[in-house]
Amino acid sequence: MNNLRPDLQTICEWINPGTRILDLGCGDGTLLEMLKTERNVNGYGLEIDIDNIVKCIAAGVNVIQTDLNAGLSDFDANSFDYVVMTQALQAVERPDRLLNEMLRVGREGIVTFPNFGHYRARTQLFFGGHMPMTPTLPSQWYNTQNIHLCTLTDFENLCAENDIHVLQRTVVDHNHRSSLGMKLFPNLLGEIAIYRFKRK
Amino acid sequence: MPETLPEDSIGLVSAQTMHFDAPLALTSGRTLESYDLVYETYGSLNADKSNAILICHALSSDHHAAGYNSMDDRKPGWWETCIGPGKVIDTNHFYVVCSNNLGGCKGSTGPSTINPETGKPYGPDFPIVTVKDWVKSQALFADKLGISQWLAVIGGSLGGMQVLQWSIDYPDRLKHAAVIAASPKLTAQNIGFNEVARQAIMTDPEFYEGHYYEHDSVPRRGLMLARMLGHITYLSDDAMRDKFGRELRQGKISYGFDVEFQVESYLRYQGESFVDRFDANTYLLMTKALDYFDPASDYDDDLSKALSHARANFLVISFTSDWRFAPERSREIVKALQDNNHNVSYADIEVPHGHDAFLIPIKDYLAAFGAWMQHLVKEVQS
Repeated sequence: MNNLRPDLQTICEWINPGTRILDLGCGDGTLLEMLKTERNVNGYGLEIDIDNIVKCIAAGVNVIQTDLNAGLSDFDANSFDYVVMTQALQAVERPDRLLNEMLRVGREGIVTFPNFGHYRARTQLFFGGHMPMTPTLPSQWYNTQNIHLCTLTDFENLCAENDIHVLQRTVVDHNHRSSLGMKLFPNLLGEIAIYRFKRK
Repeated sequence: MPETLPEDSIGLVSAQTMHFDAPLALTSGRTLESYDLVYETYGSLNADKSNAILICHALSSDHHAAGYNSMDDRKPGWWETCIGPGKVIDTNHFYVVCSNNLGGCKGSTGPSTINPETGKPYGPDFPIVTVKDWVKSQALFADKLGISQWLAVIGGSLGGMQVLQWSIDYPDRLKHAAVIAASPKLTAQNIGFNEVARQAIMTDPEFYEGHYYEHDSVPRRGLMLARMLGHITYLSDDAMRDKFGRELRQGKISYGFDVEFQVESYLRYQGESFVDRFDANTYLLMTKALDYFDPASDYDDDLSKALSHARANFLVISFTSDWRFAPERSREIVKALQDNNHNVSYADIEVPHGHDAFLIPIKDYLAAFGAWMQHLVKEVQS
């Protein structure tokens, strides 16, 4: 599990064995494959990129080519234990709508996103006067897929407005390290935010 | 004449015929007392018969899916792209079987076959067969081959519909199912196209109500028109624009009704060559089988219910520019499978080619299909 993307490792630990999962923007299927072999968790991955879809199929995980911006209308209410979305919330057209869709389809939701409130982003914007480029935000402002970046505070405000109850939160850096500092000042020192939540 | 065949081809193949004496009760209520199925096989069956793959063919194709029947053949079988040594459906690992559908005109019993009761061709008296009937006949065929369970049943277009029917009617007899460029049922527009094709054939004065064999004639114009219409629906607007544009054969407009545009020439050629290799009554039958296909109708019009007992692992593939069986139709299949928590992967391949894309070597398509087939190779090897 050591080579797993930092946020994926945490999610693996959060998910109960034997449950059903829908992974939105599942990439190459790493998380699904891990959950399947290690925790007997099954379900589907939704992905739009054909190269990733081929990788998912090769990895033996179920993948459905889907444009997340079109919503989850093909899925019935409460058909999954967890709906997971890693590093994609900030790239969709309407994160707020998708968040609510996640909790229509799943009992619980899990998201991870790069924290725009991290001090490196703040200092680059404040002192450098330019859009931040960091290990978790490596693209230029003009070619980034991240069109709805947010901070921990922004995300928690959105949850509050939508009657979403945060069950678990953790922040890590890009090497999956956590520290006392991050626990004390998550919005300043956390690079990647991981949330588990449900409807109030 | 080529001296050698391509190295990645299965090479020279020949068809075999299997005779069935037991009467086959058809969906229509009628019975076929005895019949033949003609088929080809590629690769070899392993000792425990666990590597057999059934290929289901589309409307106008047949059992000749791969390889060459003789060194004189200009073209290989219709799915040479996918079937052969080292190809996606790898004949080094699998025993691949493809049979001509009942009602066909390439050797399996059909309208042009002599009816043993009358000594004349069946013609229009050949019973209407459905996808369900085909699958049933294929299951009996599998019995005779000694194959109790297919490793996979695979098909595109009308062939994909047979795959779906297989998974519903014989859930324990296939482990994997690939449904490509198919649909759970035809739309009104689709049925409309089929009806125009049928009318073209049936109103041809040479049709003689289907008894044209006895009049030594062929409804050439009608069958040609049916094929021309079909061809337009198999290609996309973009594909036709790319292929022909508004290009003129003679370089200038001649203000007449002869062939002027390249696209006209192409369609006429397709239509005319089709008449030489296909039977009009079979075309009528096949289009009817398409129209009637609706497996959900046996399950309160609920496709999810229809697929609830399916046990296969599914691969569903559609093509973005396919408007004959649009991606939305494939999504309906995927949704019904999801509703049942069945294993399914779905790829909607972005291509300009239209419905015919499933026959074309397209990188993403072959990559997705190939990745899925690799699991089957592993299964056979373990």
